[in-house]
Amino acid sequence: MNDEATTPATSSDGGLAGSPLLTTQNVTKVFGGLVAVEDITFQIPERSIVSIIGPNGAGKTTFFNMLTGLYKPTYGRISFNGRNVTGRRPDLIMKDGVARTFQNIRLFATMSALENVMVGQNARMKAGLFGSIFHAPWVTREEKAVDQKARETLSYVGIPESQHEQLSVNLSYGDQRRLEIARALASDPKLLLLDEPTAGMNPQESASLTTFMRRLRDERGLTILLIEHDMQVVMGVSEHITVLDHGQQIAEGSPEEVRQNPRVVEAYLGTQGGKEAEAGAAQRGDGGQV
Amino acid sequence: MSAAATAIRGRVENRTLIALLVALPAILWVASEIDMDLFMAFVLWVLIALRALFHENRAVARGTIAALAAWAIILPFFQDPTAGFIEDATLALAYTVFALGLNIIVGFAGLLDLGYVAFFALGSLTAGWFMSGFVASAGGGEGWSFLVGEPASTLPGIHMNFLLVIVIAVIVTTIAGVLIGLPTLRLRGDYIAIVTLAFGEIIYRVVLNGDELVIGGQEITNGRQGITPVDKVDLPFLAPFESLELRPWYFVALAFVFIALFVNYRLRDSRLGRAWIALREDEVAAASMGVPLVRTKLLAYGTGAAFGGVGGAFLASYLNTVNADQFQFSFSIFVLAMVILGGIGSIEGVVLGAIVLSFINNNLIPDVFNDYPSKVGLDFDLTELSFGIFGFLLVIMMVLRPEGLIPERRRQMELVQHLGAGTTTGVGEAEERTIEARA
Repeated sequence: MNDEATTPATSSDGGLAGSPLLTTQNVTKVFGGLVAVEDITFQIPERSIVSIIGPNGAGKTTFFNMLTGLYKPTYGRISFNGRNVTGRRPDLIMKDGVARTFQNIRLFATMSALENVMVGQNARMKAGLFGSIFHAPWVTREEKAVDQKARETLSYVGIPESQHEQLSVNLSYGDQRRLEIARALASDPKLLLLDEPTAGMNPQESASLTTFMRRLRDERGLTILLIEHDMQVVMGVSEHITVLDHGQQIAEGSPEEVRQNPRVVEAYLGTQGGKEAEAGAAQRGDGGQV
Repeated sequence: MSAAATAIRGRVENRTLIALLVALPAILWVASEIDMDLFMAFVLWVLIALRALFHENRAVARGTIAALAAWAIILPFFQDPTAGFIEDATLALAYTVFALGLNIIVGFAGLLDLGYVAFFALGSLTAGWFMSGFVASAGGGEGWSFLVGEPASTLPGIHMNFLLVIVIAVIVTTIAGVLIGLPTLRLRGDYIAIVTLAFGEIIYRVVLNGDELVIGGQEITNGRQGITPVDKVDLPFLAPFESLELRPWYFVALAFVFIALFVNYRLRDSRLGRAWIALREDEVAAASMGVPLVRTKLLAYGTGAAFGGVGGAFLASYLNTVNADQFQFSFSIFVLAMVILGGIGSIEGVVLGAIVLSFINNNLIPDVFNDYPSKVGLDFDLTELSFGIFGFLLVIMMVLRPEGLIPERRRQMELVQHLGAGTTTGVGEAEERTIEARA
């Protein structure tokens, strides 16, 4: 269904077979005695949209936290854009071009929408202590450019100008989600990690976010890695899906392959869940076989 | 904001300034006919009132701040240069430098520092070493001097130019600030406070027992006896300062306050200022948005500490002594109380808090109310109770106005509306807060 979107954007690389932007090898995270994520090996091709799905507690967010440097993998290797970033500091990984949003929105509450997005550009700015104190002409120009870009990014994600100076807490829930994406986009990332971006959204909002993700890939050449529970979004937008359960990678492949994988069905619905699964598929309205 | 609106705003601002410039001499002439102290107090009151009433209007706000600065500059000319008032005012300004420095650490970056006195001590010690006869062996007992005039240049010990000593004090305290910052990097909240408290106490103990710590035949400090005398401030093109003409001291302290204010304002509205707020609100999100935690925190410690060094070096010369008893834990709390009383993170609030508390400490308690207990038949001096009084003031503040005298916008939200890390969740909560804000 997203052929028309994929082909022009990735034609130079030959569609899905684009060179991998991010690869992980045997990435494992152990907390005390608990293996939260075990042995995950996968790749994200450039300019693709890839999803990670799995039941709650499957280790999806832990995996995200390793990719963004918040956790250091116990074993394994992560490389981004040809560079080994295993255990690298989060701010440096952000500088390399990996930006993220959070499952439970983590905006800077007492800052305005604009300021939030300006913080997002921190890694792209040069003004240091003395630059900030003495305000050389280039610092003033930089501040102006950052302000300008923040406004553009806010408008790009669909937050109206009247809301730019609003405190982030005072924005509507949907706008807060959009603001988080804007804050991540402001750093011009190559890879965008979205942690359950449609959580708490109604179907219309989810649908428009799906369209927006494709736009990001096509217009900005972004690669997107998505954690998502909304199967309609996942199946609609992803080119590739990885399924985690109890920290293990139990399946991967195209949406079609994953949907038909019995282990996935088992993980989501338990072993006797055939009936509900069918009902679920019918509800989705895609008539897919489970 | 359209270009036209900005232009109009600029014009209004200029008008306010011009009006002030024209009106000031006229007002002063009229005022010279009446009591000056009363008049200056009245002007101060009007300015603060204007500032408070029109804080939304940028032009008036800036105008009043400029006028307050002008007020501070002309103030000593209406006072006897040897008077206790100028003496107390100079001390208050030096404390303001401390409070503005601590404000960077506590107010901007949100790192609770209970050992700020350590930077005062190190700044003072720098002056003690390089601006007195303390290092008696310097220059083979003849003394060594650098860019200072008579009589300091002929005395034994090391005598360096005051500005140079300030630079050294800034370097020393910045390094100390970074060093104290390092062990706290992995800590949060209360634990940072404990580490900094210990650091302040260590420096105090070192200064206290420094007379027994001999390195290369030289003691580190003079302990309780203090290093005294310390050279007077000696600025280029000016005669060395004297202890009976206090105006120059006042102006030097005021200049340091202006520098501290400038740095505070600039940092607040910069990339670094935003990074500090982000860090204070949510470390995880800040790091993920590209804010380097270590660097950003250490910059806060270093810059904040540097002002401790400046104030310390100045006070060593002004008070003419570097004495261990000055560097007790209570002084850290004293400076912190100024920041809290004025409004954590609020630059103008911190200045107000510092001036109010130091006048209560140096003027009201010892001079005005000191004999009140004896009047009601009690046998003690009020000065013995000064920290009890500060504590009482803080309790009252926390009950009535926890955000401080002049609250900082963000802190006010954090305190009054309980905002902060991870609060941007759910429509319901957001609505609740909006309602709270209206109520």
